[in-house]
Amino acid sequence: MQAGSKLRIEGLSKTYRGTGGGENVTALKDVGIEIGAGEFVSIVGPSGCGKSTLFNIIAGLIRPSGGKVLLDGRQPDELLGSVGYMPQRDCLMPWRTVLDNTTLGLELNGVRKKEAHKQALAEFERFGLSGFEKHWPAKLSGGMKQRAALLRTFLAGRDVMLLDEPFGALDALTRANMQQWLLDVWQEDRKTILFVTHDVEEAIYLSDRVYVMSGRPGRVSLDIEVSLSRPRKPEITMSPEFLLLKQKLLRPLEEAAAGGGLFVDDRPTLEEQL
Amino acid sequence: MAAPGTRARRVSAAVLPPLLFAVFVLGVWQLYTVIGDIKESTLPPPTAVAEALWNDRTMLLENAWVTIKEILIGFFFAIILGVGLAVLIRSSRTVERAIYPWLVVSQMVPIPAIAPLLIIWFGFEMQPKIIVIMLVSFFPIAVNTIDGLRAAEPELLNLLKTLKANKWQRFRKAQLPAALPFLFSGLKVAAALSVIGAVFAEWVGASEGLGYLILVLNNQTATTEMFAVIVTLASIGIALFLIVTLLERLLLPWYYESRESEGEGLHLEIEDKV
Repeated sequence: MQAGSKLRIEGLSKTYRGTGGGENVTALKDVGIEIGAGEFVSIVGPSGCGKSTLFNIIAGLIRPSGGKVLLDGRQPDELLGSVGYMPQRDCLMPWRTVLDNTTLGLELNGVRKKEAHKQALAEFERFGLSGFEKHWPAKLSGGMKQRAALLRTFLAGRDVMLLDEPFGALDALTRANMQQWLLDVWQEDRKTILFVTHDVEEAIYLSDRVYVMSGRPGRVSLDIEVSLSRPRKPEITMSPEFLLLKQKLLRPLEEAAAGGGLFVDDRPTLEEQL
Repeated sequence: MAAPGTRARRVSAAVLPPLLFAVFVLGVWQLYTVIGDIKESTLPPPTAVAEALWNDRTMLLENAWVTIKEILIGFFFAIILGVGLAVLIRSSRTVERAIYPWLVVSQMVPIPAIAPLLIIWFGFEMQPKIIVIMLVSFFPIAVNTIDGLRAAEPELLNLLKTLKANKWQRFRKAQLPAALPFLFSGLKVAAALSVIGAVFAEWVGASEGLGYLILVLNNQTATTEMFAVIVTLASIGIALFLIVTLLERLLLPWYYESRESEGEGLHLEIEDKV
């Protein structure tokens, strides 16, 4: 692919040494992923496929056993702190107000409190948090908590953001609203986003490209461009192109779930049906 | 935000039942001593105790002041020792393994039994009393703080790492505030223990203080006055507990308010079912 990729992962592998004479566990094997600047890319895969390990490596929290993570075409001296990271749970600090939670990254960058508040407050409207500046996080709804956590990640000011199943714990309706909202926000800022989910529809709806991972050892088993036009509206999930993509992506996932390729799907494909 | 009427109602709902219960118990006690013609040296009626409290107020206050000083200083050092040990133990796994078992063992030593030793070493002044109070009350503070320092979510600590927070910042911004509610739980238990510690310490060797006063009055079979001392001691314990609770509400408004809303919901649910 083109050289101008924002984040490029080459031949990444991770092996955990077995404890107490146990066998070594290969969590990731030869994983390659590429994301252009301003792209929205998703990774889907069953639980235990090494998504979390991959994320933790990109975030710089754990070291890979082999392979490279390149940012803007070069290996950074220290990966930790180079990319924005949003863990699965909102991780809002219950002892800080919503406003003070969102400015955490700015604060650690050494931005003065007054200036940090100013920057955060300018985004409160867009993140649907107006009026809740002085509230404790415990008083927020699930969707609001995730938006506050996202604002915290946005304000930390990294070009690349890793979002680990941010909508996984939300109910279906809130989830749909949040997807739409995230697309709008991303459309305006064009940050580079790597998004993990186990929901294939969510991945297609949001992304420019989707990587499918399969487990044990975790590797990329499929890589699909999503060429649906933007801006996207929810109706698009009913279009034949969307359903076609969905079926393409589901196939390797079903195979993985059935135990590594032994599963034979003899149902007619959508293409045949059409 | 609640209307003043509901607030007043809530306060009276909290205060009235225990108050009525106390009046009931005191009434039964009074009746029992009067109708049963119990000797005052065996069990004085509440009215006689109240009278003694008033008549001996100078003596009670003078001695109470001595005991309060011991308790406050002992409690202060218990906090230093308890929190200090907790931070030390949580600072490294090796230190935890080396110290934690001995921390538990230290509580198997009956402190009152070593009080005479302390008198031999430190004399009849305030020092041995402060040490006894510290030794009986540091343990709940230490144990609760150790648990509290483990309470910060691992994901939050990882998030802070990706925001380039160093070890000290992670402690200051996450581990410490997460530990504070636990610390306060420990302080409440320690407050009650510190009063017991003061009485023990004064029994072993003292020339003033409420514990000492009990010994003297016991020799004179002045039961009514002993009750007056007991009431004074209990008041000191209650006051200390209330001060700790008040500090908790002032310092941890988030904890108190977040918990309050959850608690309310639970009560309503139960009441609805009834």
